[in-house]
Amino acid sequence: MRLNALWEYANPVKFMRLTDRVLPVVSVLALAAMVVGLVWGFFFTPDDFRQGSTVKIIYLHVPSAMMAISAWFMMLVTSLIWLIRRHHVSALAAKAAAPVGAVMTIIGLVTGAIWGQPMWGTWWAWDPRLTSFLILFLFYLGYIALWEAVEDGDTAADLTSALCLVGSVFAFLSRYAVNFWNQGLHQGASVLRAGALVGDTEERVSNVFAVPLFISMAGFVLFFIALVLLRTRTEIRLRRAKALIARERLS
Amino acid sequence: MMPELGKYAGEVLSSYAASLVLLAGLVIVSLRASRKAKAALEALEKGRQDG
Repeated sequence: MRLNALWEYANPVKFMRLTDRVLPVVSVLALAAMVVGLVWGFFFTPDDFRQGSTVKIIYLHVPSAMMAISAWFMMLVTSLIWLIRRHHVSALAAKAAAPVGAVMTIIGLVTGAIWGQPMWGTWWAWDPRLTSFLILFLFYLGYIALWEAVEDGDTAADLTSALCLVGSVFAFLSRYAVNFWNQGLHQGASVLRAGALVGDTEERVSNVFAVPLFISMAGFVLFFIALVLLRTRTEIRLRRAKALIARERLS
Repeated sequence: MMPELGKYAGEVLSSYAASLVLLAGLVIVSLRASRKAKAALEALEKGRQDG
């Protein structure tokens, strides 16, 4: 495959035509995976011997926190594409993803607090991972507000892209601070632990819990993709409408 | 068919309720905005053809 062919989808018309066909498929897959993962996790998994039924929160907490961080990295990539190649669809995709990422962050924070209260004895701790995740949430709010505050679309895209670059530090810390900043309450990676996968350690999430969790994670990824496609289509239409209005005023 | 949630039923149920409400809200807002933008653009393009 020619990699250059990918750039064709930076053309709004081609993007609309492609997503018109792709969006229904992704939406159905997302719904199916989320329903299967969450129903399986909620109804058909045993209690953990120490955590009791609170282990069921993992099916919401891990996928949403994963997407909260991944969404920011997706916005980083699309912002860089905007800054370097000036493709409008790319900037609009970043704009479209931000509210989805923000909601994922809220879900991660809320389910984490509800889970932390009985397990750690506190709703909140200023632990490196939790703190950087909270700052990431504030960056989401700032990013969304900046898009709304700047009238000119291209200027807004430039400024939000710069903000996105800065915020990436906290997206990175949210994911990796646990690995090198050993003073927090939050555990390290236990779902996809490299050592456990190659057999160095047995310590990881048991398969009884892991299989529905992976399905739920796939569901959240597909949910994110479906919503970003839908919202990017909205942004493309709004941009076109704005251009038409401006043209009419000129003539 | 409700699973036995024991003493943590409140925590588990409120996590699921809060998350599902937030996800559903996001979907509803996105769909509504999509419909609105589509209608607005169609009206504009129709006006352009007629005018």
